[in-house]
Amino acid sequence: MVMIRELQEGLFAGGSAEEMINSLFEKIRRSRLNAYNHIAEDQALERAREFDRSPWEGSLAGVPIAIKDSISTRGIETNCSSRILSGYVPPYDAHVIERLKEEGAIIIGKTNMDEFAMGTSTETSYFGPTKNPWDLDRVPGGSSGGSAAAVAAGEAPAALGSDTGGSIRGPASFCGIVGIKPTYGLVSRYGLVSYANSLEQIGPLAMDVEDAALVMEAISGHDPRDSTSVKSEGGYLSGLNGGVEGLTFGVPKEYFGEGVGEGVDPEVERSVWDAISKLEELGASWKMVSLPHTKYALAAYYIIAMSEASSNLARFDGLRYGLRLGADQDWHSTFSEIRAAGFGPEVKRRILLGTYALSAGYYGRYYLKALKVRTLIKQDFERALSSGGADLLVTPTMPFPAFKIGERIEDPLSLYMADVFTVPINLAGVPAISLPCGFADGLPIGLQIIGRHFDEVSLLRAAKAYEDATPYHEAVPKEVI
Amino acid sequence: MITGEDVDHISWLASIKVSEEERAAFVASFNSVLDYFHQLDELETDDVEPTYRVVDLTNVFREDVAKESLSQEESLRNASRMENGYFKSPRIV
Repeated sequence: MVMIRELQEGLFAGGSAEEMINSLFEKIRRSRLNAYNHIAEDQALERAREFDRSPWEGSLAGVPIAIKDSISTRGIETNCSSRILSGYVPPYDAHVIERLKEEGAIIIGKTNMDEFAMGTSTETSYFGPTKNPWDLDRVPGGSSGGSAAAVAAGEAPAALGSDTGGSIRGPASFCGIVGIKPTYGLVSRYGLVSYANSLEQIGPLAMDVEDAALVMEAISGHDPRDSTSVKSEGGYLSGLNGGVEGLTFGVPKEYFGEGVGEGVDPEVERSVWDAISKLEELGASWKMVSLPHTKYALAAYYIIAMSEASSNLARFDGLRYGLRLGADQDWHSTFSEIRAAGFGPEVKRRILLGTYALSAGYYGRYYLKALKVRTLIKQDFERALSSGGADLLVTPTMPFPAFKIGERIEDPLSLYMADVFTVPINLAGVPAISLPCGFADGLPIGLQIIGRHFDEVSLLRAAKAYEDATPYHEAVPKEVI
Repeated sequence: MITGEDVDHISWLASIKVSEEERAAFVASFNSVLDYFHQLDELETDDVEPTYRVVDLTNVFREDVAKESLSQEESLRNASRMENGYFKSPRIV
């Protein structure tokens, strides 16, 4: 296990950043997880040596951080685990990368993911699946599976992911770590390769709530280059130790029992109820609430995400960057063949279904209908989290623990079902965190806490209180010790 | 029901060439996914406004000030075909 705060203490006591980063690279080279697409060895070691010569200040001074391969990094290949972007080296940094560097962090590499973030298992990557450090036969979750596996296995103290429908929280849950999906608008998406831009946010993955809050503090804030970006109040670290006394947790009945989709694994359900009892013991109160449109969230989410994807991924034609094949023919044949060779089956499926949902005669039935259902889902959350209602909601993050590699990939619908508790949060735009709350047959279980728009402070404070009272975040997968 | 011809039409619209094997697989998976989507038909939504965005921001403007941008060289660095400092595209007309 590698923690940001411990590394910083080591550096503060005179330790060498170069040695520390070299030992991470050594570990990554020996690893069987396939968590990284590229390691930025030259850049990272050069920066570490600079730091050792004259250390700089900053909340993340000298701290190595891994970055999901959908986030643009100047001079470091960024290919979204897709053949169509293989070899693409961004000429600029995403806003979050600029912020991490300003705070003194060192970017060590780019992590594996589902191709263009389309998946729940990291199996759709062109570079092969990442493995779960708790059981190498199982998926790490997705789409930020490489980021989660790297952090859980001590191959990075923290990482950035992106979350369109659960892509940070799902992998955090399956790998037994902490992951945050911030309120929509809190973190600039400038430099994030768009999949479904009305739903996605960049957020941190880390070993505990305090490390995650430290990264949150660094990456949030207004950026004029993202027109949906808002000003952030910050205060995530200073508010961390407020406890849960006086907070009311809502427990949405649709997220338990047979609920929606395939229902909830009994072990997962038991762990989440134990967590609710623990929060009560710590001074919080709780009550049952209802989010009545939950069962429609998955369909609405996939229609919107696929429609946005069909538009966002239209830019990949091999002209300005990425894959280019043989001799050019007429433009339509050339682009159609590049896109056929460059995109994997799941990406094609989503672009084509999204194209269908937006096409003449079907727009009202699918896309517009889904946007209206999105309103109903957003209103569900507003009602449950209104004043006089609950301050926060608590649910399982995933309906079951990590599944086996190959178990669901052949049947798209069964894979989509895994997102049943994470997608409603993106539709509503509210913030949520996943943190460890137990084990089922040695596999981690994640607790999801959901907050009001821009109330990350309460979210993190509740998560920290729970974490301080439980041992689950201290467990380390045997495979990697 | 989605047919093979529908898949051909959609793939033409999306500029993705689809092979014979892919075509058959897509027909099957599209129909099962669309069947799942049809559960939304159960909901009465005539009086519901669509949600296009979840943050209350409209018409975000900034001052129109010239700023430094990427150089021509940097912009072209990832392209595989160029001519005279331009991206070279396939023939359009």
